[in-house]
Amino acid sequence: MFILEIISSLLLLAGVFFGLSGAIGLFKFPNFFARVHAASITDSIAAILIIGGLLLQTSFDLNTAKLIFILIFLLMTSPTSSHALAKSARHGGLLSIPETKAKSEEQRN
Amino acid sequence: MAVLIDLVLLAMLAITALRVIFLKDLFAVVMLFGIYSFLSALIFVSLDAVDVAFTEAAVGAGISTVLMLGTLALTGRTEKENKHSSLLPILVVGVTGAALVYGTLDMPPFGRADNPVHEHVAPRYIEESPKEVGLPNMVTSVLASYRGFDTLGETVVVFAAAIGVFSLLGIRRENENLSPESGFKAHRVLRVISKLLIPMVILFALYVQFHGDFGPGGGFQAGVIAAAAFILYALTFGLPYAFAVIGPRFLQLLAPLGVLLYASVGLYSMAKGGQFLDYNQLAADPIAGQHYGIIIIELGVGITVFAVMLSIFYAFASQVERSNVQ
Repeated sequence: MFILEIISSLLLLAGVFFGLSGAIGLFKFPNFFARVHAASITDSIAAILIIGGLLLQTSFDLNTAKLIFILIFLLMTSPTSSHALAKSARHGGLLSIPETKAKSEEQRN
Repeated sequence: MAVLIDLVLLAMLAITALRVIFLKDLFAVVMLFGIYSFLSALIFVSLDAVDVAFTEAAVGAGISTVLMLGTLALTGRTEKENKHSSLLPILVVGVTGAALVYGTLDMPPFGRADNPVHEHVAPRYIEESPKEVGLPNMVTSVLASYRGFDTLGETVVVFAAAIGVFSLLGIRRENENLSPESGFKAHRVLRVISKLLIPMVILFALYVQFHGDFGPGGGFQAGVIAAAAFILYALTFGLPYAFAVIGPRFLQLLAPLGVLLYASVGLYSMAKGGQFLDYNQLAADPIAGQHYGIIIIELGVGITVFAVMLSIFYAFASQVERSNVQ
């Protein structure tokens, strides 16, 4: 069980790393789409790694099943919410950085 | 460690509250209210009050955020400039706050085991409820059996809230011209995922409803979760389709039905020779009677909460659609 402990803590640490980097990206990145990208990292890979790490800590009982349900639910909902967010912004007329640059150059010419 | 977690959560709660006061963008304020509710739910979890945390997460962060967004769609997203002098309000708030802080000086120290709150009725509930009610989840026994009158009152309050919303807003009837174009028609991903999720959400609501005797959950949470499933359907596919699945008229029948179901359990136990809401009379064995009573009244609560939450959403959403058409 020693190996499982090590793998579990490695997974948890990696999850924490991705969660933190997602949070830092959310504040530091220059425009909306980059920020959504950072936030979706917290939603997807960080959640998967943390729940995977927790799965190895359980003794394969009801808690394992519940964690797997949560994992499936998150795998379905978080990418969808990031997608919906980015698509709504696009629909509302928000441009990415290259597009904004191209547009401003067009106006200058 | 536990103290540290509590401190961090409370600090985040205070920061969120301060941000809510100073932000002018109401859309962000609504989102912050959702975060505030999630933080309160986490604090309840760390206090071992999982039932309350569940309710807070489902009602505070889920349904009320959706309803406030619906209100914003009707009223606009920026706060109006306040031209009044803020001297008198700040005086009133200051005096009230000082009086409240002065009142806390008489309160017993936080978390002490011999505080009055722990010595009044709580020991009796903890010691007698396994024998008298026999449910593993003591919160449900207190809420549905010992405090059945209070819970009946709460259900009536929820019902009264629906009546208030109806008398102010009203629901657009199905026979007016429908616009099936509403909803996120272009959002194919959202529609596919919603179709997958909605059955799971309804299944989870039923689990919470009927598992409330054994674990955290019960009628309030289940009603809200089931309503959330239908709200998701209405948001992604459009209001007319949701009306076709479960119409406002049917909901107007369901809302009083739950309250009546609850009250009729009380009347039935009176007819059997007991007092109002005395579940011991419902069956030959008092403990079996308690179980029947709790399951039926939780079902009543769940039906009323579901119908009220969904019809309040319908009322807001149909107003939004009407203002979009004009």
